[in-house]
This record gives sequence, C-alpha cells and structure tokens, in this order.
Amino acid sequence: MIPAAFDYHAPRTLAEALALLAEHRDDAKVLSGGQSLLPLLKLRLGAAGHLIDINRIPGLDGIEEVGGALRIGGRTRESELERSPLIHARYPLLADTAAVIADPLVRNLATVGGNLAHGDPANDHPAAMMALRAEVVATGPRGTRTIPIDEFFLGLFTTALDAEEILTEIRIPLPPPGSGGAYEKLERKVGDFATAAAAAQVTLGAGGEVVRAGIALTNAGPTPVRAVEAERYLAGKQPTAAVIAETARLAGAAANPSADRRGTIEYKREMSRVLTARALRRAIQRAKEQ
Amino acid sequence: MAMHKIRVKVQGAEREAEVESRLLLVHFLREVLGLTGTHIGCDTTHCGACTVLLDGQPVKSCTVLAVQADGREVTTVEGLEQGGKLHPIQEGFWQEHGLQCGFCTPGMLMTGYALLARNADPSELEIRQAISGNLCRCTGYVNIVKAVQHAAAKLRTTAA
Repeated sequence: MIPAAFDYHAPRTLAEALALLAEHRDDAKVLSGGQSLLPLLKLRLGAAGHLIDINRIPGLDGIEEVGGALRIGGRTRESELERSPLIHARYPLLADTAAVIADPLVRNLATVGGNLAHGDPANDHPAAMMALRAEVVATGPRGTRTIPIDEFFLGLFTTALDAEEILTEIRIPLPPPGSGGAYEKLERKVGDFATAAAAAQVTLGAGGEVVRAGIALTNAGPTPVRAVEAERYLAGKQPTAAVIAETARLAGAAANPSADRRGTIEYKREMSRVLTARALRRAIQRAKEQ
Repeated sequence: MAMHKIRVKVQGAEREAEVESRLLLVHFLREVLGLTGTHIGCDTTHCGACTVLLDGQPVKSCTVLAVQADGREVTTVEGLEQGGKLHPIQEGFWQEHGLQCGFCTPGMLMTGYALLARNADPSELEIRQAISGNLCRCTGYVNIVKAVQHAAAKLRTTAA
C-alpha cells in the first residue's frame, strides 16, 4: 500500500518545524514515530499534504526528574521508556504500559508524545497519564503552554493541541513516598489494541490507607475515561478486598465501550472492572514495597 | 511530485537515490536497490517480515519512509553473511530448522541479530518477547527459539 502523495520536510530546529506547521496548518501532520500515522496514510484513512518530520530536531527526547516533575520528551521512544531504570524503579505504571504497546519493533520507533497526540482512546498511554495526573506541554509559535491531561482529549482522534502546536513534553508530578502503580491490559494477541485495560496509581498513608488514587480506562469510550467515582470512593479508605471490589465495580460502571470483534459492550465493561481490580492490587503491593 | 535526494548507508556502503516523499523504506530496498531479501508480508505493521535494522534497531520497514533513512544506516538480511560465511544467527536457523516456508525468516533473523547484540544470553522468555512482533505461520516458533539460542551459544563461544 502506498500513501497518497505528500511533501516531506525535515526541519533541524523546533523553530523551523513550528514555522512549517504555521504555514501548512491543517494540511500538515507531525511525523514523530510514524507508527500510527504511516499506517493511516497507507490505508488512506487519512491524508496530509505535508509531513513535518521532527526526528532530526535535537532535544525532543529524554526521561529525567527535574523541577519537581518527571519530564518525558515528547519524542521519547517507547523502547527507551521500557528500558529506563528510573521508570522501572519509580514509575512501574509507565513501565507496564510501555511493555504492552504494539510490539517490540514498533516500540523502537513509536513515541510517547505520539501515543498521546494521536488522540486514539485505544492507545495505552492516555489512561496511564490520566492515572498519574500528567500535564502535556504544547509548543507553538507563541511559546509553550501546559495542558492538564484531563483537558487534553476532546474526542475521537481530537486533542486540545492547536494546528500550530507540537507536543514537546509530558510532565508527571513526582510520586510521594508510598506510591505505586500498575497497568493491566487484555489483548487478543501482541500488537492488538486493548479489549479493555486499566491504569491505577495509588499513594498509601502511614496507616496503610489510600491517600490518593488515580484510575483510568483504555478503549472504554471515545476518549480515555477517568473513573472519578471509583477514585473518590477509594480515597481515605483501607484497601481491603471488599473496598477494592467496590472500587473496581465503580470503575467498570464508568466504562462506555462500543461493541466490535473484541467483544460486546457487556463483556468489555466487565473486563474493565476485572482489570481495574487487578491493577489496583498490584499498585497497592508495589506501593507497600516502596 | 515531491522528490528528495537521499544518501543511505546500506550494509556499510553509501547508496544515493532520488526518491518520492511517499516511497516506503521497504520499497526503496527491494525496488530501487534490488535487495529483495527483505520481504513484504502484511504491509500493515503487524507481521515483521520486512524487519531491517535502522541505526542498529530492528524496525518494520513497511512503516518507515525512505526519506526518513536519509543520512542513517540500514542493515538488511543480505548484510548478515560476511565473506561467504553465514552469521551465527543464520547458522542457527539452518542447524535448528528454524524455518519451513521461509517467508518470515529475514525478519526473524534481523530481530534475533539485534536481540543478541544487546543481550548475549537471553532467556527463552526474552527471546519469545523479542520476536513477538514477528509472525511465523509454519513453525510454531519452537525451532525459531532454538535457532536463536544456538546463535547465542555460538556467539558467546566466539567472543570468549
């Protein structure tokens, strides 16, 4: 399959890339890892007059804790996240997530920023970033702005990014002591989108109670779903088996999936519940081990 | 039609060509350079038959543009053999019967090669995870895993 013709630009600086975006706006697409964009162009589900390849611009990748936050460069490859000792030690939710995105070959190119900016509710990072209460940094012609993750996903394949902006960074608040997270994904086979998946991030207090909880679902509606009621219910409680079961029930009730070859609405909602319970149990275990 | 002059180091040798923006790397390799060892399988980023190394990393060349490889290094299955001698990963597939129809083999070889370059002694699980983006419809993977293990042992002996 061959995409419809387009022009290709390989800017060497962010300023050059932004100027190209400002010039071509909706007729341009940013080429990061290209692992969602190129298949769409090849299948001709999408088209673009101009591809702006950001792969030759220095400084758009990296994983570091600085200024009270974990900063992940937008162009950081999934494979870098997957192999980062910092991510494994401090952000197990992200390590879990990176390891189940597409397959290892795709992850050598696919980027964290791309996984978010694509706006696909079937992608795995959106729910993980919601559970972690991340912020997205968008860079445009008038500088940068930060967008809370809850305000980032507007609809199917639609985000708060302006046509002139590039997603340059993701910021995640440093997890307080006693924090842990996990991502649980049900997929038919490696490389498939989630039938259902759940992200959980918890912080435990001195008495073992849940001080804070972030819970979000993948592929459970036109945008990634934050399980607000489940989070509220869990906060302040001892995470007993009964409390986890009720939290998971509330999360499952928040799922609004559509039926497809991966399952019926009822099945997917039930799997959202089951996976939330599993993710919570692992997140709590990891928080205790911290 | 947007044309671009690109220079790509393929198996260490500089190759130059004028290509269309939308030309895929796999088509550049097969049709422009005549390197037909890299196969096109699903053409939808699933099967991994088209796996090549881009700056040493295994990637699906049906999902990379040729222009993206400008100034970079590509290794295809043709680049494994050195001086008429099979690379240990190729020898492993030969010895352990790691193929039946052979269609997935070039991709399996490149993924296996890249795995052993960063992990000299992978466990069976690590091998299976590494090749999880390469589909084989014949072997059931058992002999492919053995082939990679054979190559790993051979490479460790050579390195020692």
